[in-house]
Amino acid sequence: MTATATAREGVFASDPDSRPGPLVVSGLTVSYGRAPALIGVDLAIAPGSMTAIVGPNGAGKSTLLKAVIGVAPVVAGDIRVFGETLARVRDRVAYVPQRASVDWDFPARVIDVVTMGLYRELGPFGFVRRRHREAAMAHLDRVGMADFAQRQIGQLSGGQQQRVFLARALAQKADLYLLDEPLAGVDAATERAVVAVLHGLRAEGACIVAVHHDLATLRDYFDHVALINRRLVAQGPTAETLTAENLQRTYGGLLAGTQIGRIEIAYAARER
Amino acid sequence: MLDEIFSPQFVQLSLPPILIGALAAIACALPGNFLVLRRQALIGDAISHVVLPGIVVAFLLTGRVSTWPMMIGATVAALVAAILIEAIRRVGRMEPGAAMGVVFTALFAFGVLLLEQSGSRNVHLDVEHALYGNLESLIWLDANGWGSLFDARALAGLPPELPRLAIVAALIATATALFWRPLAISTFDESYAQSIGLPTRLIAFALVAAAAVAAVAAFEAVGSIIVIAMFVCPPAAARLMTDRLGAQVAWSLLFAVISAVAGYVIAGYGPLWFGLPDAVSAAGMIATISGVILAAACLWGPRRLGAGSAA
Amino acid sequence: MDAFLAALTLRAGYNAALVAIGAGLLGFAAGLVGNFLFLRKRSLVGDAIAHATLPGVALAFLVMVALGGDGRNLAGLLAGSAATAGIGLLAVDWIARRTRLTEDAAIGAVLSAFFGFGVVLMTVIQTLPRGRQAGLESFLLGSTAGMLYLDALIIAGGGALCVSLALLLRRPMTMVSFDPGYAQSRGIDLRAIDLAMMGLVMAVTVVGLKLVGLVLIVALLIIPPAAARFWTDRSERMLWIAGAIGAASGYVGAALSASAPDLPTGPVIVLLCFALFCVSLLLAPERGLLATALRRRAYARALARRDGLLALASRRNLSQTARRVLLADGLIGANGAATPSGVREAALAARDERRWELARTLRDADPAIAAHDGVSPVEKALTADMIAEIDRRLAEG
Ligand SMILES: Nc1ncnc2c1ncn2[C@@H]1O[C@H](COP(=O)(O)OP(=O)(O)OP(=O)(O)O)[C@@H](O)[C@H]1O
Ligand SMILES: [Mg+2]
Repeated sequence: MTATATAREGVFASDPDSRPGPLVVSGLTVSYGRAPALIGVDLAIAPGSMTAIVGPNGAGKSTLLKAVIGVAPVVAGDIRVFGETLARVRDRVAYVPQRASVDWDFPARVIDVVTMGLYRELGPFGFVRRRHREAAMAHLDRVGMADFAQRQIGQLSGGQQQRVFLARALAQKADLYLLDEPLAGVDAATERAVVAVLHGLRAEGACIVAVHHDLATLRDYFDHVALINRRLVAQGPTAETLTAENLQRTYGGLLAGTQIGRIEIAYAARER
Repeated sequence: MLDEIFSPQFVQLSLPPILIGALAAIACALPGNFLVLRRQALIGDAISHVVLPGIVVAFLLTGRVSTWPMMIGATVAALVAAILIEAIRRVGRMEPGAAMGVVFTALFAFGVLLLEQSGSRNVHLDVEHALYGNLESLIWLDANGWGSLFDARALAGLPPELPRLAIVAALIATATALFWRPLAISTFDESYAQSIGLPTRLIAFALVAAAAVAAVAAFEAVGSIIVIAMFVCPPAAARLMTDRLGAQVAWSLLFAVISAVAGYVIAGYGPLWFGLPDAVSAAGMIATISGVILAAACLWGPRRLGAGSAA
Repeated sequence: MDAFLAALTLRAGYNAALVAIGAGLLGFAAGLVGNFLFLRKRSLVGDAIAHATLPGVALAFLVMVALGGDGRNLAGLLAGSAATAGIGLLAVDWIARRTRLTEDAAIGAVLSAFFGFGVVLMTVIQTLPRGRQAGLESFLLGSTAGMLYLDALIIAGGGALCVSLALLLRRPMTMVSFDPGYAQSRGIDLRAIDLAMMGLVMAVTVVGLKLVGLVLIVALLIIPPAAARFWTDRSERMLWIAGAIGAASGYVGAALSASAPDLPTGPVIVLLCFALFCVSLLLAPERGLLATALRRRAYARALARRDGLLALASRRNLSQTARRVLLADGLIGANGAATPSGVREAALAARDERRWELARTLRDADPAIAAHDGVSPVEKALTADMIAEIDRRLAEG
């Protein structure tokens, strides 16, 4: 599954300076008011990797992504995307917000939402032509939603809505995808479909950073993980980083020891 | 009724107010669509209140009742109010409704106080005028039938509000069409819009500015009731008719024009049908009709139920 | 000035005194009730209710004239206003609940349509022989000039009634506005309390019509709680502060306007209220602008200082800001080398950082540790024995 990714890392490991990393965060502190939401976070995302951002509720996971796209109140720190400030490489970054953040009653069809992803090509004034519509349909097809193109978005299930958001991100043809809880509250079929698309993107060379809540599936889906609880607790390849100790440090009393134990046992059983 | 339409009096007395009402309705309903979708429907309400202090201050500064300084004063006041609302909302971390309520009531109170204190009350500025407008007085004395529409000399005598509102409505329509895509994207999903680099704050501000210009231009001719009503009622009714943004805007324009025309006609001729001697307020009637249309849409609109309200 | 002082001390005539007391009571009640609206994020519902009173006033006038009265009976007009305000309220509720429209659109629609209809009725009244002197315009902006004794009595009594009702219902209303779900689980009927709350808003509006006017009455519902919010995070305290702000602006405003006849009552009360709001926004110690800005700056500075000290301790390079802060605090010299106190502080900071780091790895990491802001010393969050335990482990390595 991770053969391509590993090969890619190998190439880069031999020549680390040939291309700047997709995302390097250093000393990031974000504060909305009094207590900071993130403190001194250092994070380096490897090229071609698929990284899960993991942490308890309110840990600042969404805030981290928002800081990367430049919409969180940064107090200190530096964020480099492909070695540049965000403004210069915005076209290479696609962001999928948490699903709850939009008005699902909005008068728009599925195809309209995906077409929004073509903004860079269309510009503010360009007309939507046939090839744009076809491109949008192709992206919808990739997430298995081509048959729903004409539906109003509010008429979709939660999982289907998530797929539409993903299709919109695909339309951006980015190199770095930032997704906020793409798998939260979706059905099993959608979860499979979304993960398949994300793995496909990684195979094409893109880099994926996603907030993820389900510790049980973490190792199957993601090759890297960053554990966050207002600070960076640990980051690295999933297998080495996702230890009981690190989880304890991330979740503290919030995740009962037995729960971690159970997850450990489940992993051990599967590996055997 | 048909005889009415072909009489010279109709062109003289009724055509200009009907056109002006319809143009004002269009100019307000267009930005109103996006305001309703952004849950800022009441910005129109707030703007139309703060127009008063703007006009009074402009009057006090220039010492005259003249159109342009007052329109500029009103627009500036509306923009100041928008900035104040946003600032208070952020600083106080309160919901927009409360911030709006604080700002527009305070500014309106300030306007009334200035008005009473400065004696400008005597010079045709007064609160009731500001509320009701004077649609009925916008007549075209130079006209003597439909033929006057092609008579340059007669056209010169049109009430100046008519060309002014026509220009404003055209400007707003053009801007809406031009900036349709950024407007739609940032209205639908602000954080996504920010992520692709759209200046969402500027867009939000430009929308409020467009609303302010529409409100001020319309206010001068038709009073603030129509302005408030047209910002909300036609777009809200249109919202219940369709699931497509373009169609929604089209419906809202249709409803706006129907309200303006029907409201004026009913206000002018309705009392006669009931045997009453005098006409009633056209501005009030236009607002009432738009409310009736919305009520009908609430009861029978094909898309009246949302994703949330499955009832 | 003398006239103002006289009015303020209730010596400006019986009517004026009644009106001032009534305005104070009304402001108090509005502050209390508005507080719940504010917490429920429904402040502007009051605006729809206020504007929806106009057709009621006009209809009541028409009915009373048709019945042979002179139409200006205040009690009758207020009863009419309450009737249409109630209908408007139900309309807002129905639209927001039963259609896809959101509450703000419902408010705007009801407000403008009802008000428009009210204006239509007003023009009908003006064409009546008696309509010209009806004086219904005074309901738009409020007016206390030439008020009858009975009217003043109605206002004072109505104000007192609103206050007692608001005080009576404050427990359940606080619970409902703070956490509707929990309130429901404790057996409180949400819908009933919501209706009672809106009923109180209506009562305040109706009593305030003659005094403040329907365009501005909503200010008394919104501004006091919005101002009170800056002073405290506790709901009980916020309630009293909002009431006090409302009462003060009502009482002083009415007195001011009674002493200077060309000062319209409504706008004066609203502007006083707004002045108190501005003071709160700027100066309130809890969430005021000044306090927040100072805290934010202090935090950014503390962060830079801490960062600099840690850099000193580990002989890393100092960042620009850190250098500036350390220099200002006398922790480094002009040449960038640590002063003696700088060395001491750096060692302390480094030890504190090690303690925090270990604290965070402890098995039962508790919220006190998780909520650390990155600058405060470990002593602020943990007890002495916990720190001793940490130090013991650190020594063990
Ligand atoms: N716009 C905001 N204004 C004020 N505080 C905010 C804002 N957004 C987030 N916060 C606060 O910052 C902290 C981190 O929030 P964030 O949304 O990043 O957490 P999260 O890890 O994504 O949590 P979740 O798992 O619930 O999505 C929280 O305490 C939250 O209350
Ligand atoms: Mg989140």
